[in-house]
Formats: sequence, C-alpha cells, structure tokens
Amino acid sequence: MVEVLPETPRTRTVFFDVPGWPGHRAGQHVDVRLTSEDGYQTERSYSIASAPGESRLALTVERLDDGEVSPYLTDELHAGDQIELRGPIGGYFVWDVETGGPLFLVGGGSGIVPLMAMIRHRAALLATAPNSATTLKTRLLYSSRNWDEVIYRDELSRLAEADPTLEVVHTLTRTAPDGWTGFRRRIDRAMLTETAWAVSENPRVFVCGPTPLVESVSGTLVELGHSPALVKTERFGPTGTPG
Amino acid sequence: MSPVSRGFRGRRPAEGAASRLPPGQYETRDFPVLSAGPTPRTPLSVWDLTLRGFDGKSARWAWDEFVALPRQKITVDIHCVTKWSKFGTDWEGIAIDTLISEAAAKGVKTSGYVLAQSDGGYTTNVPLADLTNGKAWIAFNYGGSPLPPEHGGPARLLVPHLYFWKSAKWVRELRFMETDAPGFWESLGYHNYGDPWREQRYAGDE
Repeated sequence: MVEVLPETPRTRTVFFDVPGWPGHRAGQHVDVRLTSEDGYQTERSYSIASAPGESRLALTVERLDDGEVSPYLTDELHAGDQIELRGPIGGYFVWDVETGGPLFLVGGGSGIVPLMAMIRHRAALLATAPNSATTLKTRLLYSSRNWDEVIYRDELSRLAEADPTLEVVHTLTRTAPDGWTGFRRRIDRAMLTETAWAVSENPRVFVCGPTPLVESVSGTLVELGHSPALVKTERFGPTGTPG
Repeated sequence: MSPVSRGFRGRRPAEGAASRLPPGQYETRDFPVLSAGPTPRTPLSVWDLTLRGFDGKSARWAWDEFVALPRQKITVDIHCVTKWSKFGTDWEGIAIDTLISEAAAKGVKTSGYVLAQSDGGYTTNVPLADLTNGKAWIAFNYGGSPLPPEHGGPARLLVPHLYFWKSAKWVRELRFMETDAPGFWESLGYHNYGDPWREQRYAGDE
C-alpha cells in the first residue's frame, strides 16, 4: 500500500503498487485477504476505482462501523504495509470501448466506485481519440445522502466541465446545501425518464448501489422499455454487505 | 504463505460457527441479493417448468401442477462466492429426484450434465450427480412465504452444497446434456464446479 486519500467523512481511497498486476477492465473488483498474527484470515471484495492502465491500483472503501475489513483498510493501513489482493475478478459488469455507448450510469453511495473506473477509462480513451465522443456520450445519475458524502465530487465536476459529452446529475436524498437546485429525492421513474438516454439509442446501462436502489432502478428502466440485456447491475446487500 | 496484516485482529466466528464456515467465508444474518441484471417478473399464469432430455423429449409443468407435486421442507446452510454464508435457511420445494421420476414417465431420459436456464437469460451448469439423491430442489417458498422475486421467485434451483450462483434464480428449464458446457458465470471467470469447501471460486482454482 502506498497512499491513502480521504474522499468523504466515511470513505477513503487506498492506492497500491501491485507487482505483476495483469491489468483489469473498468468495473472489475479484487478480493482483499487479511491475515492476523495467529493465522486467522478473512476476505472481502472491493471494486477497483482506477482506470485500466493507471500505474497504481486504487480501491475506494466505505468504512462500515460494524465491518470487519473496511475499518482496517480505512483507519489501520499505513503506507508501506503489505496486503494480499487477488484479481481482477468479474467479467460482466465491465465497460470497454468495444461495449460502445451511449452510457447511462446510475450509482448510489459507494456504488459509484466501479462506475468511476468506467468514467476514468472513458476520459483516458477520449484524450487519445476525441472523435469517438459522440457514440460514447455518457450521463451519470448519482444518488447520495448529502453533498458532503458525494464521492469523487470535485473530480466529477472537473471531468464534466472539460468534456461536453459527459454529464453528471446529482440527487441528494437527505439534506441539500442552501441554494441547491438539483434533484432532492430518491431516484424514481420521473427522474429516470428525464435523465436516461432514449431507448432507441440502445444505451448501455450500469447500475450499482444498495439492493433497494438497484432493484428499483433496473426494474423501472425495463418498464420504460430498456432491454434487460443492456442493463447490468451490481448490488450490495440490504445493510451494505461487503464489510 | 500469506503475509501478516499488521494490526489486524479480525472477528473470529462464534463457537460452533467456525466448523460450518467454508474457507474464506463469513457468516451473515442478512440475505444479500446478487444478480447480474434486472429482476425478471414472470406472472404465475404463464410460468412453467420444463425438463428437457438430450433427445429433445420434454416434460412440462404449469405452476399449479408444479406446486401440487410432493414437496419437501429443507433447512440448509448456503454459501455465496462473494464470501457470505447464511446458516439454517428454510426452504420448501420439489426435489429434483421427484421431477426426474415424473419426467421419466413421459419418456425424458437424463444424461450426465444439466444446464439450468432462467428467465432473463441466466444459465448455470451442474453435473447430474449433484442434483440427485436428495441434494437439490426447485424451491418456491423461503422462510414460510413465497420466494420474493429478488431472491429468485417464483422458483429457483437450490443446490446448497455448491456456491450459491449454481442455485439459479428464476429457473424455467433443466436441460440434460451429454457433455458439460459452461453457464453464465462459468464463462466469465468463475469456477466450473464451485465447491465452497474446496474454495473453488474462480477458474483456475484447483
């Protein structure tokens, strides 16, 4: 482990130098295994936040107060510590340039992490091939409890400002700053109707977040006419299972 | 040999839980939902289940016929490849043995491998030997209530001795095959067989 950066009050990004890392695809995850001095081991899965090709592997971890692994990663781990990683894992919830676009990404809370890997990957691709922007146009709908808990807030706004084909739409479900003019509710049918690309454009949809959000969003998108085969989901359990 | 994670103490499983946990698993009291896409919602009026032999002969049950078959109550531990295990889950369903013997009366012959096919396009492969002799069911009740759609209702395969992705949600057909063929996750880097006690999570695990 080489560096830890705070993202929000409850999340940190942990950067690793991984000797022999075979490379990954945007959306994949790794298994983290911790071993205590007496040999006890436990494992959890975390989504990769960094884009393919970045020199360091980044995991963004939400600290779950009753978690066994996440508090260790966010609070205990120091630069220079070694940790066992296995991966990359997962071949379905992934986006490559061959997957095409347009892209509609829907995230809730720390469900943004694999979507951010896709956004970063896309930004890197556009930097080398700007003409592909039209087909890769991307909209992110991101639900957070409040403004302070928006992960990657500054980077998302920087990327969207620099790239007219990337739109970031926030919704805040608990409290909003004074003067907030954006959405202020859970993602619902009206919000999806307003923000999703038209069905006729065959958007590639990735939805990641807590189970109730993913169930509701993916089900509503299918009702709105999106093909279930183009709606890919990743859920974390009722109380935030990857702990 | 794993390096020690400095300062990590961990949370040991409770007395009695340790022996029930396969390697690398932890116990959860929740019932997490893992699915690759939207939850399909098939009305019971059009739902049916098919067992299809290698030669194409098939047996089919509509919902009312299916739930009228002799049912069993099952209490089992389940193990998800994403590391959670849940102890003592209560199900009700029809044993695959029962379905096979009913289908045999209609001329459906079994063969060595089975591909389960689900609404939404999901598939998974299981050797026949892992579905017979009281080892697997098609379950439609969970905890005394109809199985909720996000957990695979109206009915899912239940193969508790393998990682839970083998217990295909929203199952509609069991197809007998002479040769093994990988299903959905088995084609995407997960292990072909998936025995949690041998920690066969990913392709390449022993």
